[in-house]
Amino acid sequence: MARQPDGPPPPPTVQKLRIRYAKRGRLRFASHRDLARALERALRRARVPMAFSAGFSPHPKISYLGAAPTGAASEAEYVEIGLSVRCDPEAVRAALDAALPEDVAVLDCVEAQEGTGSLADRIDTSVWRVELPGLDPDELTRAVEAFLAADVVTVAKRTKNGLKDIDARPSVTSASASAGVGCAILHMVVRQGTPAVRPDDVLAALAAVADLRPPLPPRAVREAQGRLDDTGTVADPLEPDRTAGAPDQEAHATV
Amino acid sequence: MTADLRTTTGESLYPRLEPLLAQIQKPIQYVGGELNAQVKHWDAARVHWALMYPDAYEVGLPNQGLMILYEVLNERSDALAERTYAVWPDLAALMREHGVPQFTVDGHRAVADFDLLGVSFATELGYTNLLEALDLAGVPLHAVDRDESHPVVVAGGHAAFNPEPVADFVDCAVLGDGEQAVGDITDVVGAWKEQGRPGGREELLARLARVDGVYVPRFYAMTYAADGAIAAVTQTRDDVPEKVGKRTVMDLDEWPYPKQPLVPLAESVHERMSVEIFRGCTRGCRFCQAGMITRPVRERTITGIGSMVDQGLKATGYEEVGLLSLSSADHSEIGQLAKELADRYEGTNTGLSLPSTRVDAFNVTLANELSRNGRRSGLTFAPEGGSERIRRVINKTVSKEDLVRTVTTAYANGWTQVKLYFMCGLPTETDEDVLEIADLAVEVIRAGREASGRKDIRCTVSIGGFVPKPHTPFQWAGQASAETIDHRLRVLRAKINEDRKIGRSIGLRYHDGKPGVIEGLLSRGDRRVGRVIERVWREGGRFDGWSEHFSYDRWVAAATEELAPFGVDLDWYTTRERTEHEILPWDHLDSGLDKEWLWEDWQAAISEDEVADCRWTPCYDCGVCPTNGTEIQIGPTGRSLLPLTVV
Ligand code: B12
Ligand code: SF4
Repeated sequence: MARQPDGPPPPPTVQKLRIRYAKRGRLRFASHRDLARALERALRRARVPMAFSAGFSPHPKISYLGAAPTGAASEAEYVEIGLSVRCDPEAVRAALDAALPEDVAVLDCVEAQEGTGSLADRIDTSVWRVELPGLDPDELTRAVEAFLAADVVTVAKRTKNGLKDIDARPSVTSASASAGVGCAILHMVVRQGTPAVRPDDVLAALAAVADLRPPLPPRAVREAQGRLDDTGTVADPLEPDRTAGAPDQEAHATV
Repeated sequence: MTADLRTTTGESLYPRLEPLLAQIQKPIQYVGGELNAQVKHWDAARVHWALMYPDAYEVGLPNQGLMILYEVLNERSDALAERTYAVWPDLAALMREHGVPQFTVDGHRAVADFDLLGVSFATELGYTNLLEALDLAGVPLHAVDRDESHPVVVAGGHAAFNPEPVADFVDCAVLGDGEQAVGDITDVVGAWKEQGRPGGREELLARLARVDGVYVPRFYAMTYAADGAIAAVTQTRDDVPEKVGKRTVMDLDEWPYPKQPLVPLAESVHERMSVEIFRGCTRGCRFCQAGMITRPVRERTITGIGSMVDQGLKATGYEEVGLLSLSSADHSEIGQLAKELADRYEGTNTGLSLPSTRVDAFNVTLANELSRNGRRSGLTFAPEGGSERIRRVINKTVSKEDLVRTVTTAYANGWTQVKLYFMCGLPTETDEDVLEIADLAVEVIRAGREASGRKDIRCTVSIGGFVPKPHTPFQWAGQASAETIDHRLRVLRAKINEDRKIGRSIGLRYHDGKPGVIEGLLSRGDRRVGRVIERVWREGGRFDGWSEHFSYDRWVAAATEELAPFGVDLDWYTTRERTEHEILPWDHLDSGLDKEWLWEDWQAAISEDEVADCRWTPCYDCGVCPTNGTEIQIGPTGRSLLPLTVV
């Protein structure tokens, strides 16, 4: 539509904040859309001075990075917001944390620094921890070994266009098993890509290679996201902003 | 029925529910933890209420009625209230398999642990979901089979004005406003428990039957005459009232609920905050049960509304506020209210909306104010009747010229989408009345294109079959058959499509006539209809308000078989016109409306005579105010909203 609404255009973005948050407990059942709505409302309740897009239905400037699937908890979800007034990142973090439901915790908030590149470019890998209640840890260990030994493990993945065969093996860069209280725990580092390989797909792969059948539904937690380096560690994606921003001690408005 | 594995009452079922949630669609709707939700200590409260909206969470959560009662009850130190909703079949099957009973979403406590289960019926199509919830809860379906360990099942909401079809399944029904009634019920239940439950369940129900507005069906026996009609309704105890009246909350400013509206994580059908700006409506539309049973009009004042909007927005973070009522543009201070709210929220992207606007009360200034800070979405008007003649019959008089002018003005002012709501199958209606809808829509587009100079304007005609409701002048009317409705919709569609150049800009949305027939059976049904509901539920009927779940054939088969022994059938309840003195199943339930006045108004409808609104013209003695000791409460108050200091 060519027409423009009356009145002045919305104020420009003067500051970008990058936020890491966790979804825990019951809210692991929230979908990406559910969390997005909750976040937008929390930003309003917390009176964070958001920048808005222009047009007849202005939207607050928020960009989400790949969300953990519904049913999975996460300690490392990322979002970037645009503000129309400069604010102290820590004050925004605290206000937002207070305004969000108890099971969503805002863990970190840093100002995006010019020249450090986009957040999306700093995330290509997830670190997962999957609790498998009622499963014998030794059984899991054997399954993980069989999986790692295989070159190709084909599993059927549910997509929008029905079931599709994918190879789950190459995305998993490392995996191991440990014992928890009443459960076995699967630890793994998984590269993000298309089609995405998610914990459910890896469990399907373990069923395929070792007939692993956990008696109860799994509880997955994404523990970290970031760029996988040559040493096999996943780097904190907010670190470049923190480092670049460190010497800068400007005054900030409080929220 | 679900096996009972509970150990202590009030214990959380969540650990047992959680593994099931990983296996179903949209698990978020069952986890609770919404913003502003509350979980109180079980033992700290004497009276425990489970409040149910008998439909999916996404429909039930935004319901204002239950949100109000939830807060009012939880504010009492001796009471606790939690919410429960209809469970979708995928989870219900797992719950049965794993012995997890119907639970509340707040504390995930078993519904069977509560003292009361309050169910809100805005529509009759929730009845099968009540049976499903009772069964999942492990509560006997039939009220007579319950003992004092079971919750007292209380129906409320508009459909409770004829609870006869569910009389076997509920213990009581509350007529009218619930704010004060739930308090009185809590007092009675609390005292009875404290006294050591004297006289058991029977005594408790007898005490409840003496609370104003509470109807206990088991204390009223029905007998039937040879022609199938009710012969008599007799009290089986002499300490219960002959007629049960309704509750009316006066002075809405004293009841500023919900103060802390619930905000779900899951998406709901109503993504905005609502503030009820008045209750009741005296426009006198003859088809409208809501308008008839909620009289008289009681306005919230402009300042009362202003503070609810302010507090609600702060508590929720919503970006749209619906100013809710039965006909919102009729509020005596609406113009000033819209302007002052728009001023107050200038620059904050906060939208205002009026869900129910009458064509004759609409004006562009108002609409512009409402959309000033938010999104300019479509406009909706409900002329309801296609021709001026039928609009006189239903007493929703507005001339064709006025309608076209109003809609055209909206187009000229930048709205591109207008929705028009109609009903078909109204009493005395002919094909011609319905065909006039097409003329109207064509006229609206033609005039709209001219006035706006645009070709991309659209008009959506939304049309559904009329269902006669209890406590309205049309309670005697014969309902149009599904065939009649479908025929009229067919000819209407053909006529709209006649001129493709204009027809392209007109959308037609309609429902076929079948669900309306079943709604008709449930609306004007009596106790015998309970067997049909139970049969349908046993055969898998649930979520009857959802077309993908509703089965007309199942209902018809159940009705045919279950009603035959009584010598009545589906037509007898629906298409049959009633005579003046027939005892109607709800005659002993008193909305305050005089049955004689209703009959006169029915006769006036047939003669196409209109009746005015008693807000602005003298009282015409419908009966409500003297019966209930109430009066019309309207402004203007002369007050105005103070600007808020923005922090
Ligand atoms: C917002 C709204 C919606 C929204 C949100 C629905 C929702 N979950 O609340 C949407 C758009 C989804 C909707 C849908 C429908 N709606 Co609607 N809706 C409304 C509206 C505008 C406001 C409802 C409201 O919040 N009222 C205010 C509250 C405070 O009133 P209340 O709920 O009646 O509650 C009070 C009492 O009834 C009582 N009470 C209620 N429950 C209980 C329970 C107990 C135990 C007790 C003791 C007391 C009690 O206490 C409360 C406080 O006093 C009303 C019109 C109106 N102004 O009421 C129509 C209205 C309720 N809807 C109506 C209809 C027909 C429908 C639909 C069937 C439409 C359709 N054909 O699809 C669907 C059904 C949805 C469903 N499956 O339940 C009709 C009901 C007709 C009637 N018999 O009176 C109304 C009255 C509109 C009308 N003018 O005809 N609706
Ligand atoms: S009694 Fe009179 S004033 Fe009251 S609602 Fe009826 S007509 Fe209106």
